Amino acid sequence: MSKPQAAERINDFVIKLANVNGTGSASANSLLMKSIFRMGVPVVGKNFFPSNIQGLPTWYEIRLSRDGHISRSGDVDIMVAMNAETYGRDLAEVSPGGVLIYDSTWPRSQELIREDVTILGMPLAKMCNENFDGVRGRILMKNVAYVGALVALLNIELDIIKDLLSETFSSKPRLAEANMKAIQLGYDYALEHFQCPLPLRVSRMDKTAGHIMIDGNSAAALGCLYAGATVGAWYPITPSTSLMDAFRTFCDQYRTDEETGERRFCVVQAEDELAAIGMVLGANWMGARAFTPTSGPGVSLMSEFIGYGYYAEVPAVIFDVQRVGPSTGMPTRTQQCDILLAAYCSHGDTRHPVLFPADPHECFEMAVKAFDLAERLQTPVFVLSDLDIGMNDWMCPKLEWDDAYRWDRGKVLGREELEKMDHFWRYHDADGDGIPYRTLPGVHPRGAYFTRGSGHNARGAYTEDSDEYREVMDRLTRKFATAAELVPGPVTIGNGRSDAAVLSVGSCDGAVREALSILSAEGVNLSYMRVRAFPFSAEVQAFLDRHERVFVVEQNRDAQLRTLLIAETRVDPGKLVPVLHYDGLPIGSDCVVGAIREAMATGAAA
Amino acid sequence: MSYMRKPKIVHPGLKKNALGLTRRDYEGAMSTLCAGCGHDSITAGIIQACFELSVEPHRVAKVSGIGCSSKTPAYFLSASHGFNAVHGRMPAVATGANAANPDLYYIGVSGDGDSLSIGLGQFCHAMRRNLDMLYIIENNGVYGLTKGQFSASADVGTKAKKGETNEQPPIDPVLTALALGSTFVARSFSGDKEQLVPLIKAGLKHKGFALIDVLSPCVTFNDHEDSTKSYAFTRQHYHPALEADFVQPADEIMADYDAGAAIEIDLHDGSRIMLRKTAPDYDAQNRGLAFAYIKDKLRLGEYLTGLLFVDEDGRDMHAVNQTVSQPLNSLDWDAVCPGSSAMPGILSRYS
Repeated sequence: MSKPQAAERINDFVIKLANVNGTGSASANSLLMKSIFRMGVPVVGKNFFPSNIQGLPTWYEIRLSRDGHISRSGDVDIMVAMNAETYGRDLAEVSPGGVLIYDSTWPRSQELIREDVTILGMPLAKMCNENFDGVRGRILMKNVAYVGALVALLNIELDIIKDLLSETFSSKPRLAEANMKAIQLGYDYALEHFQCPLPLRVSRMDKTAGHIMIDGNSAAALGCLYAGATVGAWYPITPSTSLMDAFRTFCDQYRTDEETGERRFCVVQAEDELAAIGMVLGANWMGARAFTPTSGPGVSLMSEFIGYGYYAEVPAVIFDVQRVGPSTGMPTRTQQCDILLAAYCSHGDTRHPVLFPADPHECFEMAVKAFDLAERLQTPVFVLSDLDIGMNDWMCPKLEWDDAYRWDRGKVLGREELEKMDHFWRYHDADGDGIPYRTLPGVHPRGAYFTRGSGHNARGAYTEDSDEYREVMDRLTRKFATAAELVPGPVTIGNGRSDAAVLSVGSCDGAVREALSILSAEGVNLSYMRVRAFPFSAEVQAFLDRHERVFVVEQNRDAQLRTLLIAETRVDPGKLVPVLHYDGLPIGSDCVVGAIREAMATGAAA
Repeated sequence: MSYMRKPKIVHPGLKKNALGLTRRDYEGAMSTLCAGCGHDSITAGIIQACFELSVEPHRVAKVSGIGCSSKTPAYFLSASHGFNAVHGRMPAVATGANAANPDLYYIGVSGDGDSLSIGLGQFCHAMRRNLDMLYIIENNGVYGLTKGQFSASADVGTKAKKGETNEQPPIDPVLTALALGSTFVARSFSGDKEQLVPLIKAGLKHKGFALIDVLSPCVTFNDHEDSTKSYAFTRQHYHPALEADFVQPADEIMADYDAGAAIEIDLHDGSRIMLRKTAPDYDAQNRGLAFAYIKDKLRLGEYLTGLLFVDEDGRDMHAVNQTVSQPLNSLDWDAVCPGSSAMPGILSRYS
């Protein structure tokens, strides 16, 4: 082989796997990623999959980053091209000096020719047909066999793969055996036919100790379990479905009586999202912690009831795992396009607390926080995750639980308190913080009131009186001001120059941080604020005031976070420069660096 | 229309129930519906049933949607919590509330627009889940608050007050309930308290979804000559198939039933329903036969009334879910939070 050899690069490159969906490639690819993680090397996996069950192209991108960067770099160094339908574009994506692996069972396609890329063929289908029975098994094992080849090519420790397989198939030893056989096939073939290891390879580090690989939906579900949520109502929708699946799995283990099988939870699969949110309000009205996971289209359907929850002051927790809109959009692609929808959801004057997790670790923490806020503030609270956070495996610090924590049930009057009272006024602002006292059904006759979405006064009675109506609406404004003091504050990094800074939200975090370190190496030091909740706290206003220009990085077309900042702070709109990424794939650092470089250059010239 | 609140004076001679409460303790705010509205009679029926059953008012949760009927929970049981939801979505609220606390009595009041048009899906799915609640449809065939449009229960050929004729077939809540597996299906008439009150009692005590479709004429928009939901037409065309008596656990069966003509149905709390057949060939415990019989009568323009179907063996939502018997809204912190000790085990699959 006289191909150009890439320079040696250890623990810092990108592997992309091009597959056909429905062939079991996802589990093979996550096996590969986890083995790198267990070698102590920081790694992140992004799954780009179609809205389809079987037969369409799907890609899995694994980035190894010895420096711990978690966003996409924009490059591909090793491509495993298992889908002939996408050969052309898969090859085109490989960086010069990179490697492409393909199935050479059939003659090499005319498409697979590029001088600056090393192309390695191995007869995966032929090998698997000779060694395994059954059509399905042969297809599955082809994926496992290329993992075996990569283990040899990248110098991954074979024992780690063995351990992972025996853990995964602990109850099915025969499957573990078959998988290991496929690994060995690929491994042996690579050792025999290719120069192993490649200049791009893995070497043991100790940078993943104390960390886990977890997806945001599982972490959020774990938050619901730990927060004591007992009622979940939902309608299946990508990409939020795995949140309720995970909640059920956790509850089956930790909320089910081993002897009787009795469940200390109730999950209702609703007939639609309108019903799901109605059930959540009903359960919260009754005093249980209840939630619903959904995505943009679901929130659109829920909006009438969400406005009800705001006005009648009923707690609710809504996880919106955002996907690409508008309308049905691209259900399996990611975006941050529901920021304004969540903040002002429903007709009439409504505003809702919104939490913005940046990674699975924050999904866990903010899930717990959301229940506390919903009950403290007696209002629906959004947790605005997205498909990238929700469905991809992220490396993050191990989740921890403080046993001293107790849930904040808010201002709820019990039997004894009601017994001593002359009267109970549901919407009376006794404490001056805009938050009234509530009672739960079934506790005491004196606590009874009529929860309604129609006009009501401070006593909780129906009204069409202008002054009484305004009294309640103005108190809700005061309550929202209280919310700004209770929601998680922003995270600020750096003490850079005053002429420019960066502000961002949610899953942009990794890309922004990497971009800042790249820019910093070029001598451009910028401060960075990541907002973590709406309403914005006073720190957000101060940060905007401190800087002449603020780049607002977000993943939607219309600069929704920027719009919200303009509407809800006193910032001069001209100061806020939008940096937008909205193609449906997770934002990479290249996009942020490019936009800021360009803007700084023109800004300097101006 | 009432225009003056009755003074709350409890006459010393007023009859008291087992809790020492009078009928007036089960009343609510003054009704704002039109004078003569059938709905007010149903409200009175609910008050009487709860009083006679000695239900603790604060152990009742009242739920409704939007419409004239959905306003009525404000007019009974003022010591009960109420939830006036958005249009057609009361079943969802009831489902969530019941999921959190099944120990209360749930009374849902809805209308034909609320349940058969905008909320048809939720109505169906509440029955499918066999949600443990009493669900009353105050059925008048017309939208009152928006001034007289036909609803989905309007009969073919019935005329609106302004003269328009309805040509679309109605959705019949009783047939719908039978088809979807509701475990308690009744029809009654707001003008027949003798029949209605025992049905409300039995429906409250039934374990599972209890539907009572109550024909309840709208005096303002649908009580004219060519209407099939008027007082006069309803009186003429409704036929009791079964008279139901409700017997509390402590009570003796006093009525004299002819042998073979009465069916005794045991309820979960020890009370009983005594069904007296007025149509000898009717079987209220056979879903298929009941459906066919009611449909045949409807074709002839007759509304069969009474407790038309009952099945006390259906499993409600919690039985299917295997929910713990203690209401979820009262579980202690330790019963719901696995604590830090569980965390390593949970995280092992993510490392």
